Amino acid sequence: MNEFLFVVVPYICLTTFVVGHLWRYHYDKFGWTTRSSQLYENRLLRIGSPLFHFGMLGVVGGHIIGLLVPQSWTDAVRISEHSYHVVAVTGGLLAGAAALAGMVILIYRRRTVGPVFSATTRMDKVMYAFLAVVIVLGMWNTIAGSIMTIGGEYNYREGVSVWYRSFLAFQPDASLMASAPLGFQLHALAAFGLFALWPFTRLVHVFSAPVGYLTRPYIVYRTRDEQLGSHQPRRGWDRISQ
Amino acid sequence: MRVMAQMAMVMNLDKCIGCHTCSVTCKQAWTNRTGTEYIWFNNVETRPGLGYPRTYEDQEKWKGGWERNKRGRLVLKGGGRFKKLLTIFSNPKLPSIGEYYEPWTYDYSTLTDAPAQEHTPVARPKSLISGNDMKIEWSANWDDDLGGSTATAHRDPMLQKISDKVKFEFEQTFMFYLPRICEHCLNPSCAASCPSGAIYKRAEDGIVLVDQDKCRGWRMCVSGCPYKKVYFNHKTGKAEKCTFCFPRIEVGLPTVCSETCVGRLRYIGLMLYDADKVLEAASTEDDHGLYEAQREVFLDPFDPDVMREAEKAGIARDWIEAAQRSPIYALINTYKVALPLHPEYRTMPMVWYIPPLSPVVDVVQETGEDAEDKGNLFAAIDALRIPIEYLAELFTAGDVGPVDAVLKKLAAMRCYMRDINMGRDPDGTIPAAVGMSEEQMYDMYRLLAIAKYDERYVIPPAHAEQAHSLEELATECSVSAYGGGQQDLFGEGSGVPTPIAVENFQMLQDRQTADTLASPADKGARVNLLNWDGKGSPAGLFPPRKKDS
Repeated sequence: MNEFLFVVVPYICLTTFVVGHLWRYHYDKFGWTTRSSQLYENRLLRIGSPLFHFGMLGVVGGHIIGLLVPQSWTDAVRISEHSYHVVAVTGGLLAGAAALAGMVILIYRRRTVGPVFSATTRMDKVMYAFLAVVIVLGMWNTIAGSIMTIGGEYNYREGVSVWYRSFLAFQPDASLMASAPLGFQLHALAAFGLFALWPFTRLVHVFSAPVGYLTRPYIVYRTRDEQLGSHQPRRGWDRISQ
Repeated sequence: MRVMAQMAMVMNLDKCIGCHTCSVTCKQAWTNRTGTEYIWFNNVETRPGLGYPRTYEDQEKWKGGWERNKRGRLVLKGGGRFKKLLTIFSNPKLPSIGEYYEPWTYDYSTLTDAPAQEHTPVARPKSLISGNDMKIEWSANWDDDLGGSTATAHRDPMLQKISDKVKFEFEQTFMFYLPRICEHCLNPSCAASCPSGAIYKRAEDGIVLVDQDKCRGWRMCVSGCPYKKVYFNHKTGKAEKCTFCFPRIEVGLPTVCSETCVGRLRYIGLMLYDADKVLEAASTEDDHGLYEAQREVFLDPFDPDVMREAEKAGIARDWIEAAQRSPIYALINTYKVALPLHPEYRTMPMVWYIPPLSPVVDVVQETGEDAEDKGNLFAAIDALRIPIEYLAELFTAGDVGPVDAVLKKLAAMRCYMRDINMGRDPDGTIPAAVGMSEEQMYDMYRLLAIAKYDERYVIPPAHAEQAHSLEELATECSVSAYGGGQQDLFGEGSGVPTPIAVENFQMLQDRQTADTLASPADKGARVNLLNWDGKGSPAGLFPPRKKDS
């Protein structure tokens, strides 16, 4: 069972995530958008959206550090377990609270503002449900697990993180996850569910984060030379070389 | 010198009767889809008035366009790259749907479905955004013909720049229409604001387009454009804008708005410009200098150096010739009667306007004086400071000099041509008073008053050897997928969108430039087999039989 939950399911989800994005990018560039609803309503969005997004950026950054940086590395630079813990929990709480508050505002807005609600697809609703579950479980793990230590002390950097790195290295070790507290198990599973849904939701806009804007020239010109291959010519048709 | 070609338009506001035909045909052609109900690529505003979206010209509020910073560099008024990225989750300057207007329809079915009752059923307005009943409080054209302007016109940002005490007088004496499309700027701030780099300027003809496959719906272009001519399609979540009807332009046809303009007030043609000089011109220190600075950017297509450089830059011979015949060049640079709309936004707009003289004429006429007398008109232009100042706020960043000069040229043309039309000897002192020769004045009259289709629209078709790539380009632009949403995986809707076929537009052009009315020359030799009952053979089915000898 553990093998299934913490090896098979995550890999299925990861595959769906990768292949799904490739498929969507190839076939549905036109649908690849944030689908912003700011035009309909701005008062709640102005508060909720930055709260949520900046909170999530913090949360994702925290996860990258927590999951990908081995404890031996921080030990090597003499960061004590305690000080790491304090920084991680404080940062995690702040970012998580911002994301959660933002999400509550955004979901409230989505439900109560007529035009926004009618522009909400079924996929949006499923995505919101998963997102909410993942965030709430994450907050629960932080508060209940790390601060109040309900169910005993658990150092995820010796458990979940190691499992996650083994998973990414294609040498999965399910036993590490099986011994983690239930909250962490559910959080991981729900997150993988979200990853599987990801390519089919508006969440794809995450991968269009326009960092290239910082370096590209302001005005974009396009000449026909660059333009010659928006798609392959159909079978039997050759391009005229110029 | 880096020569580039730009498709440009000039509108003669004197001829605009505010019929909105351009807006309607444009909407039918481009924005009749779900998600674009509120979008008018072409709209006609009554001035003074708030415009569409409301008060879009107030850049202190909307922060569109460029500004010159203290170090003399050109920066986006809405903030640079970092600020754009930091505010990407909630664009602080995005106009709400209410600033445009909430689109609506009527539940017409109640008119026929309602049960028998004492009162006549009415079709109530239903919002196309929320689907609920709504109260219609604003639209793209709410203050048409100054309707309700006593309540709203004082919010006109251009009027606010002129002193308060004149407003009432102003509204009574002066009104004109301002048709607006995308300016297809030389220095487009929408493109500069786009985080994804989806908005691009076509190197061949300077048309600014949104790549629908690259747009991610960040909405920065909407707030970046000071003319508010990039719109957010709320169904597809992508930006859309006026395309200058590029599929038509590519085969030498004018845009839909120009084609259908009943006043024939639009001119389309090429301008050659020096791309290296654009930034410098847009950074001109004094706002009043921007009009002249932009004219300096344009190149003289008759100059042998320019022609040589243009050919080096890959501009085809027939395009250079088209630039020489361009009515735009004549109106902007030869006669100097066309002015840019809001040069102070520093985007170097390429849809220019000939300011209207008719309100001045009307005022003179109302006094009972001769409205075609040079002395009277010149005196009126000098006396009507308020309207002139208003026009200057629109077209020259508040500098009344150029507006004054244009109106006097138009007035002189009126007087000069009256003598000719009345069979009197033309008075050479009239053109001389505005610094023109008699020939120039007559030529300008011809261009403004009686220019035919192919003189108003000098559009060199895209080259056959380019047609393939241009057609490819078409698949990437605005409305390649009607109705939006995702494409189907299977069946009719699957695969890449069908390109807008150049052939269709070629046929359209043949039809529109043919001498005969919808009847091909070989019509007599055709047989409609649908009418054939199978008995015998209708005349013309077979070529005439050779007589047996």
